[in-house]
Order: sequence, then structure tokens, then C-alpha cells
Amino acid sequence: MSHDPYIELRNVSFGYGKRQILSNINLRIPRGQLVAIMGGSGSGKTTLLRLISGQVRPQSGEVWVDGKNVATMNTRELYVHRRKMGMLFQFGALFTDLSVADNVAFPLREHTALPEDMIRDLVTLKLSAVGLRGTQTLMPAELSGGMARRVALARALALDPELMLYDEPFTGLDPISLGVIAHLIKRLNLALGTTAVMVTHDVHQSLNIVDYVYFVAHGEIAAEGTPDAVRQSDSPWLKQFVHGDPDGPVHFAYPAGTSLADDLSQGVR
Amino acid sequence: MKRSTIDLWVGLFVAIGIASVVFLSLKVANLTPQSSTQSYTVTADFDNIGGLKVKAPVKSAGVLVGRVSNIQLDSKTYQAKVTLAIDKQYQFSRDVSAEILTAGLLGEQYIGLTEGGDPDTLEPGGKITLTSSALVLEQLIGKFMTSFAEKGSSDSSTHADKAAPQQ
Amino acid sequence: MFETLASPFRHLGALTINAIWRLGFAARFLGAIVMQSGQSLLRLQMTIREMYFAGVLSLIIIIVSGLFVGMVLGLQGYNTLSRFGSADALGALVALSLLRELGPVLAALLFASRSGSAMTAEIGLMKATEQLDAMSVMAVNPIARVVAPRFWAGVISMPVLAALFNVMGIFGGYLVGVVMIGLDAGTFWSQMQSNVDLHYDVVNGLIKSLVFGVAVTLIAVFEGYDATPTAAGVSSATTRTVVTSALVILALDFVLTAFMF
Repeated sequence: MSHDPYIELRNVSFGYGKRQILSNINLRIPRGQLVAIMGGSGSGKTTLLRLISGQVRPQSGEVWVDGKNVATMNTRELYVHRRKMGMLFQFGALFTDLSVADNVAFPLREHTALPEDMIRDLVTLKLSAVGLRGTQTLMPAELSGGMARRVALARALALDPELMLYDEPFTGLDPISLGVIAHLIKRLNLALGTTAVMVTHDVHQSLNIVDYVYFVAHGEIAAEGTPDAVRQSDSPWLKQFVHGDPDGPVHFAYPAGTSLADDLSQGVR
Repeated sequence: MKRSTIDLWVGLFVAIGIASVVFLSLKVANLTPQSSTQSYTVTADFDNIGGLKVKAPVKSAGVLVGRVSNIQLDSKTYQAKVTLAIDKQYQFSRDVSAEILTAGLLGEQYIGLTEGGDPDTLEPGGKITLTSSALVLEQLIGKFMTSFAEKGSSDSSTHADKAAPQQ
Repeated sequence: MFETLASPFRHLGALTINAIWRLGFAARFLGAIVMQSGQSLLRLQMTIREMYFAGVLSLIIIIVSGLFVGMVLGLQGYNTLSRFGSADALGALVALSLLRELGPVLAALLFASRSGSAMTAEIGLMKATEQLDAMSVMAVNPIARVVAPRFWAGVISMPVLAALFNVMGIFGGYLVGVVMIGLDAGTFWSQMQSNVDLHYDVVNGLIKSLVFGVAVTLIAVFEGYDATPTAAGVSSATTRTVVTSALVILALDFVLTAFMF
């Protein structure tokens, strides 16, 4: 069973109105692996995550998670599906009206009938797992960006999910916080055996921790492979992405219809 | 700890709301709890009730003894059938008389009861037979003018008699 | 040529369709709130918390405005009534205007701009910062957890605030009429009592404020939930809450008055 893919997307297409975001995506993520989905801004990688969590439904294709098709679930099944799942949002999405402890306790209070002192102990454990024991009484506004991200991680882990989804976990963090989060994500994946999908455009940090990488561009899977294979690839597109060159197969300039000289002389005429 | 102060405030808030409604009901709308239980009703037929309304006061010698609870037109006699709710502590004789009076010259209309001499008391549900109708100013002036024109000044004293109780 | 003539009408048609679409969506939203209300009634703590923000924090503005409105009614009413020699009826005038119209309507307008806008901004910001998404990914329905408690808190708070507004207004009228101008206190109260009917005036006024409470709170939570999740979107949703609430309150007031009185 364990070599069965935990997540499998088959011919998935998705778009808002006329704008096609994903077309014909096929993707397999084995159980217990940490997989990154990378791509430029607006390439549709966050949409992939939303398809897996069931926040949006594909226009066509199937989204299989742990042997069930998320695309055809009704609301009740979707909530059952989501209880096995944790998600870290881009900026943490902590509940601003609740303290750190209440934020971490939120899923426990909503989904379990545990006594209050046990919830308090669990909250302390989860917070110490992300290195923030002692912040229980703080409010989210009093936390730095990196700390907020770690609290959100503790909250996502509160119910010991089988599947973790990370939406841009490194965005807007200083190098130290970024290293801490990356280290935490890897350690949690190894220690708990959780399947994890991470959407990011931070290449170097991700390549150090993940087991496998998918690259998304223009709504399609452009490349895939293990981190080592990606680093050694001689595809010009991958090279540009991995090294962050300003120009290459992906052009620096927006494909404007007129030339720069024409645009500049317009004011003279 | 923070939670319990919120509870306290919200509790106070709801209490203020209930107190406000009670104040509005008792002090402003005068819902006196005994009014419905400790009264009895009698009826009286009038030829014309003028501007009398439900809830108008019923007074005897100027003291409030009850209120008008219902007004209907009797479809056989074409008289106004007025139901009075009178406080239980006041008893009247069977030949009590009822008349529709006006507070001031243009004020609200009310029913005045004048005690009779019969030793038997008026039973709950009974009927006041001696009634006199509302004074309708236009009719009064009209009558006065016609009689003044027809018979001259000697008859005007009868009209003065009729108008006397209203003062 | 035809195109330039037709385009304003097409625009008007699009606006109308959009308005009807939103009305239908709001109605469906109300249905969803009612369906998801079990939790906010079972876990009363959540609703109590929202009542603190919607109700308790509105007390000051309601008390002060009620007092001033009553005092203005007392002054203006006295000036007009004394011209006809019926200054005695001041108590009745103040109480009836407050109970039937001014209390429910003004309290609802104040509630919409104080608490309704706050609700819209709060829910809108929760949406913009992905808190609502986070909740639904945690398998918690945001309508049950965020919207329904606020809705019921608003619906409960509104009649309380309106009743308090009435009491403060009558007290303001008493201050001006009796304490300042020197009318007889007994006449003031007895005129009020003989002219105010419990069912007709007090209960109908409370029913009005309950209807306004449902309307204002529904508009507030709907605009917040439906807001475009950006800073500009949340701010325009907040404006829409105040404007729509004011229009709906006044329109509903006309309809209810026509039915009741």
C-alpha cells in the first residue's frame, strides 16, 4: 500500500471564467514524502493546493487523496477529508481576535471533546515543537512574521494531520526565520511521517529539504524530478529558474504590442 | 478572567434592556397588573357617543373608576353599545346613570357615572339604562339656531337646561 | 448610433440584474445562517462575546443620543404645543414619537454605523487575511463559527438598544419639560400614560426594532462575507453596509408603519 500515491491528480483542468489557470495536470505524490510545487508568480501553483484541500473544484479531471476523489465530495465528506489535513497559509492566517494559545487550541476545541487541562497540555506541546513555548498569552499582533508562521504551523499540526499543505511558507521572512521554518517542515515530515505538499518559489531553501519537485508554468507541469536531478538538469528553462537569471527562455519584458521607441515618442506627436 | 468580565457586561446589558421594557410598559404605557383581573364589566347604550374612544376614562365625581373597554354598534337598535371595565372596589346602584362628558371645551371625552338611589347594586355584566349622549357641538348650535329663529327667546331656557350637566 | 443610445439602458439593466442577484444571494445567506445557528446557540459563549462588541460597546452612543433627541423633542414640542395651549400633552408627544418612530429608527441607524460597519470590516478583514479560508480548511464552517454568532448578537442587541434609547429619550423630554421649563411632573406622566398603549405603541415599536436588527445585521455580515478581499474592497463594503442599512431601515419603517398603525 505504501508505494500507492497518497495524492494523485488526473488530467485536472481549472480556470476562472475564460482565464484558464491549470490545464491537464497529472501529478503523483507518494505517502510520507515532502514534495514541492514550484513556479513563478501567477503560475497556478496555489490553485493546485486549493484543489487538494477541496477549496475549489476542478472543471474536469479527478483529484484523488487517500483513495477518495475530492472533486466529487459533498460538503460533509469534504469536512471529514479536511480533518485529516493541516494547512499553513501564506501569512499564517492566525485568528487575530484569539491569543496564541486559543489559536492553537482552536481545532482541538472545535473537533474534540477533550477536557480543558488536556487541551492546555497539548497546546504547550505543539508550541514547544515549534520552539515557542511561553508565548501562549500573546496576541497575534504582538508576534513577528516568523513567529506568527510558527504559531500557525503549531495550529495546523494540532490534530496530527496525515497531510500537510504549505502555501508559500517562506514568503516575507528574514533568512534566519526562513531557515527555522524550513528546518521545522523537514523535521515534522521525518518525525511524523506526514505527507507534505509545499507550494513555493524559493528554490534554494526548498531543494535542500524536499524529496521531489514539480515545476508549474503556464498552467502545466513544465518539469519534475528529485532535487539532485533538478540541479544537474541542462534544460535552459530550469537553469534560469534555479539560478534566478533575469533573462532566458522566460523573458524579462512583458510582451508589449508596440516598441519602446514608439511609446516614448507618442508624447511628442 | 477576561471572559468573565465580558459575561458581566453582557449580563448587565440584557438587564438594562429588560429594565427598559419594564419601564416602558409600567411607567409610560401604564400597564397596571391589576387592571384586567380586578375589574368587572357593565354595558351602556348611547344614541351618540361623539368622539368617545376605547380606553377613555370612566369617572364618578371626577374620580377615575374604570375605562371604556369596547365600543360596538348594535345592529338592531342602531345605538352604540359601550362596555365599561370598572374597578372591583367601586359598586354602583342599579339605577346609576351614565353620560358622555368632555374634559374642557375641546378636550377628550369620558364617561361620567352618577350614583342613583336604588338599594340593589349593579351586577357584573349588567346594563346601565339611564344614559345621556355626547354633546355634539354642531348639532347643539344648529338646534339652538333653529329654535331661536322659530320660537324666539322664551324657549332658549330649555336648551340651557340641557347643556347644564356638561359644565 | 444605436449603440450609444442603448448603452445607458444596458448599463441600467446590468445594475438591476446585479442588485437582484445580490438580493437572492443575501436571502440564501440568511437561510445558511439560520441553518448553521445550532452551534452559536449551543455554545452561547461565542454569541455573548459578540454581544459585548455589538451591544455593550454601543451603550454610550445610544444613551447620549437618546438623551439629546428627547431633549430636542421636549423643546420643540413645548414650543409648538404651547402655541395651542396644550403644553400638558408634552409627555404624550415625546413618548409617542419615540416609541413609534424615533426610537427604533434612530437606534437602528446608530447601530448600523457603529456596530454594523465594525462587523463588516471585521469579517471582511478576516476574509482578506485568509482567516475564513483557514477556518474552512480546518473543517470549521465560517458561517457557523464567525457569521452566525454575530448575526444573533446583533438581532438580540437591537431591541435592547432601542428600548434603552426610548427610556433615555423620555428622560430627556422630562428633563426639558419638567425640570427646565417647569411643567407639572404629574401631568407629564399621566398624559403620557393615558395616551400610550402597551400593545399598540410599546410592543409595535419593539417589533420594529427587532425587524431592523435582523435587516441591519444581515446586511453587515453579508457585506463582510461578500467583500472583495483587499483593503479597498473591505472599505467599500463597510461604506455599503452603512448606506444600504440606512435605506433599508427607512424603507422598512414605512412598510411596517403602514401595517401597524
